[in-house]
Amino acid sequence: MVADSELAVNIENLGFHYPGNDGVIFSGLNLKVRKGERFGLFGPNGAGKTTLLSLITGLLSADSGTITLLGNDVRKKNNDVNKMIGFVPQDFSYYQELSPVENLEFFGAWSGLSKQQIRTRTDELLDILGLQNVRNKQVDKFSGGMKRRVNLAIGVIHNPAILILDEPTVGVDVQTRHAIINYLMELNKNGTTLIYTSHQLSEAEGLCEQVALIDVGRIITQDSLTNLLKEHKQESLEELFLNLTGKEYRNDI
Amino acid sequence: MIFKLWATIKKDCRVLIRDGIGLSLMFIMPIVLVVVVTDIQNSTFQLINKNKMAILVCNRDTGESGKQLIDAINKIGLFKVYNLPKRQDVKTIVDSMKEKDALLSVIIPGDFTRRVKAKAKSVSNKAMVSFGLQADSVQKYVGDVSPLTLYYNPVIQQQLRFSVKGGLQSALQIVESRETLRTLYFAINEKPLPEKLENEMLSNKAAINEIPVSKNGTLRAPNAAQHNVPAWTIFAMFFVIMSLGGSVVREKVSGSFVRLKTLPTSYAVGLLSKQITYVAVTVIQAVVIFALGIWGFPLMGLPGLNIPLDVFGLLVVTVICGWCAVSYAICVGVFAESHQQSNGFGAISIVILAAIGGLMVPSFAMDTSLKAVANLSPMHWCLQAYYGLFLEGSKLTDVMEYLIPLVLITLVLQLITFLGLKQKNLI
Repeated sequence: MVADSELAVNIENLGFHYPGNDGVIFSGLNLKVRKGERFGLFGPNGAGKTTLLSLITGLLSADSGTITLLGNDVRKKNNDVNKMIGFVPQDFSYYQELSPVENLEFFGAWSGLSKQQIRTRTDELLDILGLQNVRNKQVDKFSGGMKRRVNLAIGVIHNPAILILDEPTVGVDVQTRHAIINYLMELNKNGTTLIYTSHQLSEAEGLCEQVALIDVGRIITQDSLTNLLKEHKQESLEELFLNLTGKEYRNDI
Repeated sequence: MIFKLWATIKKDCRVLIRDGIGLSLMFIMPIVLVVVVTDIQNSTFQLINKNKMAILVCNRDTGESGKQLIDAINKIGLFKVYNLPKRQDVKTIVDSMKEKDALLSVIIPGDFTRRVKAKAKSVSNKAMVSFGLQADSVQKYVGDVSPLTLYYNPVIQQQLRFSVKGGLQSALQIVESRETLRTLYFAINEKPLPEKLENEMLSNKAAINEIPVSKNGTLRAPNAAQHNVPAWTIFAMFFVIMSLGGSVVREKVSGSFVRLKTLPTSYAVGLLSKQITYVAVTVIQAVVIFALGIWGFPLMGLPGLNIPLDVFGLLVVTVICGWCAVSYAICVGVFAESHQQSNGFGAISIVILAAIGGLMVPSFAMDTSLKAVANLSPMHWCLQAYYGLFLEGSKLTDVMEYLIPLVLITLVLQLITFLGLKQKNLI
């Protein structure tokens, strides 16, 4: 049993369906993520990963149940909740007409940072993510990997306590993936809780200590990666994934 | 809050400056429009009042009334008359119109003088009987004078054709009245009507003094620039939809909205910033187009624009018109699902709103039902407010009656936008 004060995310009896759609996405879903954990949420296409992340970030409202982040109810949607989370969506969710500096300046302000804090964090992040030499160039001319790094920088500019990442390394080269994962590990060492989804399971194996597999709106299993592999007698996360979710194609419409 | 708003305004300005197509649609297109439309209207004005319209006259009449009619047409001052030989057939007349670049030609029928005289005799005899004097014999009604035939190039607009027809009827009236007067005078006095008296009776018409009605007492006659510059400035302001509507859609499609929703700032800041930025753009548009009207038009040989005396009123009207245009653009952007939808619907709806709002056809020329519809177009209220300042010499207080409906329409658009954002779970 984990005390509430030790939890970064606590989801209890979550119920959700999309308005105008009869199908229930989640019913009575429970999930707990400890503070400072590197937590991986995996599942096939259409399993409900992105929907669950949208509920955690407050982008969608649950029909029933509660979601608390560091003890704060997400449904209250107050600025305190928003300040403690950082979100790195799957899409490049920023202004491609602007440079990395201009994007960070804008999103930093919206994250509640002062002018000086934005300046300091911008320099730090551009150095860490290797974007210093293109700091004033328009992002729409960047490669996919550079755009991913800008996407990540914006998500962490305000040093969030919980960082939610929806496939942060999709479509990037090995070097960029390596840099992103290293940076995420660094953030975690400094106390940031990571909630991460990806289809890159080999990459996830190195990053995540705790894993949950989700399918058709249900958490199939949740434990540390070591325990899960031992329990299901599998050698890799990918094997475990196929074993528990099956090998059939999933058509997510 | 102020820092967040300032950062958002800076972001919106940067995005706008890098939208080359949007900028050209907002600035270059309206400038081209205002120059072209003013030039066309000014040319039409000069065609009628200075250059005169060429008209071919084929006088098949051998009597004096035909000649008098040509003389009367010349005196109207609207036409440059070219006489054609008597025996020309219709095809040759039509060909001559093309050769001489004439938009009009008139055929005076062969029995014109005979019919004019017969009608004059008939009217004169009736008058004699009515006066209780002895007439030759009261003739029965002899019928109207044979009609003139007017050929016109279909490019002539109906309004201009009506003016031409009115001019010709005035000339006909002079010819018929002269003949009736002469006949009546002769019947009473048994001697011809003295030329001096005839001229006094027919030519000394009371003059018409044209005085533009203005509230500030100035008697400045409006020119094509006074009419067109305000109208096309409003059109330009509403064309911000091409940039702003697209910008809202881009924000939604790119997922920026999604990220913004997870940040500790209300999207109201974003909407306020867009409104401040783009209202500033509409004011700049107005300044650029007005400056062109004041200083550029005279260099192009066009009449210059006269700025209203109430400059503060002009600024207030411009800001409110701009705010309405921006509110409309954001509203369309919120409901559009794609850039194409926003641009397509935006452009077409603005042309329709301009048409029913009286920017293309003056609303006083519309029928009653269309006039009622015009009230729904924000551009109608913008135009009325601008015309009040530019044409009637009104002050801000005088145009408040137009600004109040405009502000109400703007608030309705803001409410629809808010409901749209709520419905789409964007705020």
